[in-house]
Amino acid sequence: MAHPIVDAERQLQRRDARMSERRQASSHPARFLLPAFAVLGVFFFLPTVFNFIYAFTDWSAFKSDINFVGFENFASLLGDGSLFTALRVTLIYAALVGIMQNVFGLGLALLFERDTRVNRFARVIFFIPVLMSALAVGYIFQALLKPAGAVNEILALVSGQNVHIAWLGDTTWTLVVVAFVNSWKWMGLAMIIFLAGLKTIPEDVLEAARMDGASAWKTFLRVKFPLLAPAITFNFATALLGSLNGFDTVQATTAGGPAQTTEVLNIYIFQIFGYGLYAQATTMSLVLFFLVLVLAFPVVGYLRKRENVL
Amino acid sequence: MSTTTLRPSQPVRSGAAGAARSSRRKAGAWHRLIQPLLVAALCAVVVGIPLWLALITSAKSQGEANLPDLSMPTQWHLLDNYQRAFSEGEVWRGLFGSLLVMVPSVVGVILFGSLAAWILARRSGRLAAVLYAAAISGLILPPAVVTIVLLLRQLGLASTPVGMIFIYMGMYMSIVIFFITGFVRTIPIELEEAARIDGARPVRIFFTIILPLLRPVIATATILVCLYIWNDVFYAFFVLGGGSTTTLQLNLFQIASSNLYQNNWNLIFAYVVISSLPLLVVFIFAQRKIISGITGGAVK
Repeated sequence: MAHPIVDAERQLQRRDARMSERRQASSHPARFLLPAFAVLGVFFFLPTVFNFIYAFTDWSAFKSDINFVGFENFASLLGDGSLFTALRVTLIYAALVGIMQNVFGLGLALLFERDTRVNRFARVIFFIPVLMSALAVGYIFQALLKPAGAVNEILALVSGQNVHIAWLGDTTWTLVVVAFVNSWKWMGLAMIIFLAGLKTIPEDVLEAARMDGASAWKTFLRVKFPLLAPAITFNFATALLGSLNGFDTVQATTAGGPAQTTEVLNIYIFQIFGYGLYAQATTMSLVLFFLVLVLAFPVVGYLRKRENVL
Repeated sequence: MSTTTLRPSQPVRSGAAGAARSSRRKAGAWHRLIQPLLVAALCAVVVGIPLWLALITSAKSQGEANLPDLSMPTQWHLLDNYQRAFSEGEVWRGLFGSLLVMVPSVVGVILFGSLAAWILARRSGRLAAVLYAAAISGLILPPAVVTIVLLLRQLGLASTPVGMIFIYMGMYMSIVIFFITGFVRTIPIELEEAARIDGARPVRIFFTIILPLLRPVIATATILVCLYIWNDVFYAFFVLGGGSTTTLQLNLFQIASSNLYQNNWNLIFAYVVISSLPLLVVFIFAQRKIISGITGGAVK
């Protein structure tokens, strides 16, 4: 006997939904979406679609016509090993930046947590590099890290011995140094995000931990760190995405050297574009697209899930 | 971290009163003395030394700047270097170009972005959800930098500021829509409905009711987009390269690239200082707003 009533209700609901959609259409017209989607479509999505086409052509600076060549570009990039080298360097670089930027930022945030005058001043000082261009920061560190540069001079002064470390000339460790420079530039941003996260922790939670006799370290590990999950998500995701797509810092410090050991994907793209090999550059750009796709979505998804569990 | 206040009147709860008191005294010494000293030292070493190197090298002669170090210049060439940076590095042309591409990009992306964000936040249904996902996909996806050049050539916009403006707008539209849509959802719809009953049309409602309410989030988005565009050199190189428009960062890149033939660290660092100064000055005056703006958008 309930059937007719239910049906009537459902019909009513459906009518309501239709009505509200119609009302939405007049109160929030879809044509307002047009300018934004036109710009996005033409200047962001269309070049991305082009990536999928021109990676399979012989587009270059040396001839006027463009022909399809199938997977030839991929084959040549795989054949000379540059694809895997660039992929490996980019991945290691991004992981190092993601970790260092967060560790530095969190350390600074914890150190500058209390609202004293000294701390407020320090926060401003550490935010200055965020405002400078990565190019400028890169040049400063290129000068600092020369074999006869200021860093080695200071180390020599402290240790009392001659120090001639080639910070930017080592085929193994220079990648770490460049990741450090990039993290130095951005740690101020991570710091203020963590500071904002620390501010959201309720005072009574901390009070409870204190009453239970928790040490500062335990309070951090068991209370603050878990509650900082959203800040960690934001910081790690932006650091990872930023450095997968990184160029300026690497270009200004090493330009990909020594012996191509710091040649991230965008440096490679920049260089072969300069040689006029546009199709190969496009192919690498497509590789970067897939690398981000494969890496970013799972990482962001995992970090988000971690937030919910906690 | 409020192990903070030493309040002698506060009764000590635990039995081990002495231990608690001594650990508090230790905490007191840490907060009063050690922590501020540590912070000052950290500022001086970690940020101070790199900035000092740039500043002091920009005041040296070319010969002395050949091997940049932290020492004072034996002869000051401050004015000389900055004058050369202005003439050889074309500071005015770079500044003009930077503003020429940044201002329209930011205005355009904020206006178009908030218009779209309002609709996306208010419309329900699957289509709106799909469109929103597409609109914010640029948060993650990298721009296709090589084929951007090809597209702009086909459109006749290669090496022009107009092309650069549209590329920046496309790149940062996602960030703007993401921030603003989230904010619009917190605005009660009743505010709009009252105006609608009074007969206001959507355009009017958007410009007189919604847009003014978006001020804080628009500030956040503007700061971020300005920061990215002002400091960008990668996309500017691909898009503007070979044209007559240049930016401060492109000029810096040019000067430093000619470093291969002559060591001109004094000029490079003079240019570093000049190109960093505008944002730093803005930051000094609007420090609180900028920091709270950025964090307000990031941690919800």
